[in-house]
Amino acid sequence: MSAPTATPSLPRSERAWSRRAVRLAEAATTPLLPADYLDLFAPLRPGAALRGRIVEVVPETADAATLVIKPGSDWAGHLPGQYVRVGVDVDGVRQWRAYSLTHGARRDGHLSITVKAVPDGVVSTYLVREAKPGTLVHLEQAAGDFVLPGEGGKFLMVTAGSGITPVIGMLRNLFPSTAQGVLRPARSSAYDIVVLHVAPSEPDSIFLRDLQALDAAGAIRLVARYDDTHGVLDVDSLTDLVPDLAERVTFACGPAGLLDALEAHHDEAGLALQTEKFRVSRVAVGEGGSVSFAQSGTTVDADGGTPILDAAEEAGVLMPSGCRMGVCFGCVLPLTEGAVRDLRNGEVTVATPGDNVIVQTCINAAAGPCEFDH
Amino acid sequence: MTVMQKKADNPIAHLTSADIEQLGRELDAIRQSILDTRGADDAAYIRKVIATQRYLELGSRAVLLFSIFPPAWLVGTAGLGVAKILENMEIGHNVLHGQWDWMRDPKIHSTTWEWDNATPAEQWKHSHNELHHTYTNVIGKDNDLGYGIMRVDEDQPWTPAALGQVGYNFVNMMFFEYGIAAYDLELRGNLARGGTKDPKFKENARKVVRKIRRQATKDYVVHPLLALPTGSFLPTLAANAVANVIRNVWSHSVIMCGHFPEGVETFEKRSIDGETKGEWYVRQMLGSANISGSKLMHIMTGNLSHQIEHHLFPDLPSNRYAEIAPQVQALFEKYGLTYCARPLVPQVYSAWHKVVRLSLPNGWLETTSVKNLPSQLKLLYGMVKGGPRVRRAAQARMVQQARKAREAKAAAAPVAEERAAA
Ligand SMILES: Cc1cc2nc3c(=O)[nH]c(=O)nc-3n(C[C@H](O)[C@H](O)[C@H](O)COP(=O)(O)OP(=O)(O)OC[C@H]3O[C@@H](n4cnc5c(N)ncnc54)[C@H](O)[C@@H]3O)c2cc1C
Ligand code: FES
Repeated sequence: MSAPTATPSLPRSERAWSRRAVRLAEAATTPLLPADYLDLFAPLRPGAALRGRIVEVVPETADAATLVIKPGSDWAGHLPGQYVRVGVDVDGVRQWRAYSLTHGARRDGHLSITVKAVPDGVVSTYLVREAKPGTLVHLEQAAGDFVLPGEGGKFLMVTAGSGITPVIGMLRNLFPSTAQGVLRPARSSAYDIVVLHVAPSEPDSIFLRDLQALDAAGAIRLVARYDDTHGVLDVDSLTDLVPDLAERVTFACGPAGLLDALEAHHDEAGLALQTEKFRVSRVAVGEGGSVSFAQSGTTVDADGGTPILDAAEEAGVLMPSGCRMGVCFGCVLPLTEGAVRDLRNGEVTVATPGDNVIVQTCINAAAGPCEFDH
Repeated sequence: MTVMQKKADNPIAHLTSADIEQLGRELDAIRQSILDTRGADDAAYIRKVIATQRYLELGSRAVLLFSIFPPAWLVGTAGLGVAKILENMEIGHNVLHGQWDWMRDPKIHSTTWEWDNATPAEQWKHSHNELHHTYTNVIGKDNDLGYGIMRVDEDQPWTPAALGQVGYNFVNMMFFEYGIAAYDLELRGNLARGGTKDPKFKENARKVVRKIRRQATKDYVVHPLLALPTGSFLPTLAANAVANVIRNVWSHSVIMCGHFPEGVETFEKRSIDGETKGEWYVRQMLGSANISGSKLMHIMTGNLSHQIEHHLFPDLPSNRYAEIAPQVQALFEKYGLTYCARPLVPQVYSAWHKVVRLSLPNGWLETTSVKNLPSQLKLLYGMVKGGPRVRRAAQARMVQQARKAREAKAAAAPVAEERAAA
């Protein structure tokens, strides 16, 4: 909830005036901020927390859909291949996930992401099956260095499953698709791209038609491999599929298994490889674990039956607390990573980096290694 | 009222510890049933209440820009009063309880919320969530009982100061938000103990002063100034003052209904040593009272009309208390406990009646009639002038007299008594 600041380009007296106006507005709305009222009317205005409005949901395959999102005014733009973290409320709970942007900068200023519903996936299933146009979502600015160098070159793109998404963003940016077909603007002539697309079967492939059209127009060379017809891809056969592999820089995005195999292969062959992992880390859920407190630098071994509050205090960590029985919320701390288990009903709460889930330490025990911002 | 443990007919004497633990498990199951179904509808509810409150406040303040015109003043003042009530009760109190933390929305979260009240959220959370909700109705530990300025239990010794408590309570009601701020600071205790030099106290006091200054600047300077162009400075200032008083009187009344009415039990300090979760539940059940009424009443009281359910499960979303109330009431019946619920007016009356009754020594009202008034007043005067021993002796005499009179009456009219009881 940061207050809008005066633009530095204004002359000094105007700046002073607008600062005074902001202070007056704050004095009139305390303990809230003017933004809390403005959000009622204009949630996408400049100066608002970054949000977006879903304008369209387009099905791609049986379990994937593209969401077109109008971002708030403060969206700073992105490079094709980057991702955006999206916060959506599923069953009333705010969940943050990363999705690759599947377009370059669009003329209408909208963003698009393409989501594949994974089995039991909380957010992906919601976005593919339930999200409705008009819904507000929360955004962070684009991030990620899975981007093509500006000067062009020879590349191999290995994409598997929904790993096609950042690559399609790059390709659409280089070779826009229009009513007249795929364009090949002069700025893109420096890029020589082979796409090795891997999927369980042909109908499961998101963006296959786009890839085929790009291939037909001569913009890229497409090599498609389907597990059901060609068998599971063996990375050692890469040179058979892409004979000039050694001249190319490889960009790969897909499941961890494939990326690991590629890494080993390229390492050995001394080839350049850049990867984008869709699953940053899996949080291991277990019984007890080491609990670390980032600010105090302490790590405590806690068993699965002891509240984190007790274990930490025993080890000399100064902890906030109150009732010590789960009713007052005087003991809450942000869990930055890891899993904890509610000792009252066994419910597990998981945080992956960037989540900062606030949990009560007096009734939660460690369910695996966890880290707190305290 | 007398602490439960000293009563002749202890209301939980019939429960074994196995019963109490079973009761605890049944309450846990009710809580779990709400957790299992908590979701998008609940989130939509609180967001709607928050949006409604903000529109109402904006609208009312806009109308007050023209409050030089009496109809605008009336509409704006009423709207602002209601907006402030919603903000404090259904929104602020409940958000600060962590009832909505599960949504993981940083803007509707107990750790970030600040409310339209003199007391800073941080300090209120400590005295309310940590102390009052943990030590509910334990004499000597729960300062909410009488806010440290009133005698609210027969077991508290009577002192002449109690004679003024109807007055204090009235003043506290009118300026409730400042009363709470002083109470959260433990101002009285700190003044008495010389704790005002303590750096922690000073820091907290500074925060309260800053909060009050901001609140007062908004209500009594900025908005009246904004209304100046229509000549509505003073009417707007008055409207804000009245809206604050409306909010104060309302929240004070609702909160009095929660733990003061006749029929609510209090507990001894010793009784909570080694208390189990089941026993804690029983204390919450017997230490709270509900207000029965319409849906609107529940929203305007911040669902503290479901004080019993709230005290059992302070972290469940307020909009779900109504749904579990019949299940909780059924458990009261099953375990032979009394569910204290009355409509607002009788409940407020009952709470005030207690304040009046306990402002006088135990037994004084009962033993006083028009005939003996002069001698009773003389006795009271003696108690005011006398030391603690004089007071204790005089009070013991009156209590005994009152009991004898009751017994005599019961013996004389057993039939009438039975009929009345039926
Ligand atoms: C940089 C980056 C970019 C990404 N870009 C995209 C994108 O463009 N399109 C897209 O669909 N997803 C993308 N993801 C993955 C996305 O962020 C989510 O992890 C995915 O949508 C699953 O979230 P969920 O809430 O549905 O699943 P969860 O409820 O978190 O998990 C449910 C189950 O699915 C498994 N699971 C979690 N993630 C995956 C996964 N990626 N693949 C298979 N199983 C999984 C979990 O282990 C668990 O068993 C990207 C991730 C990162 C880090
Ligand atoms: S200390 Fe009260 S909820 Fe944890």
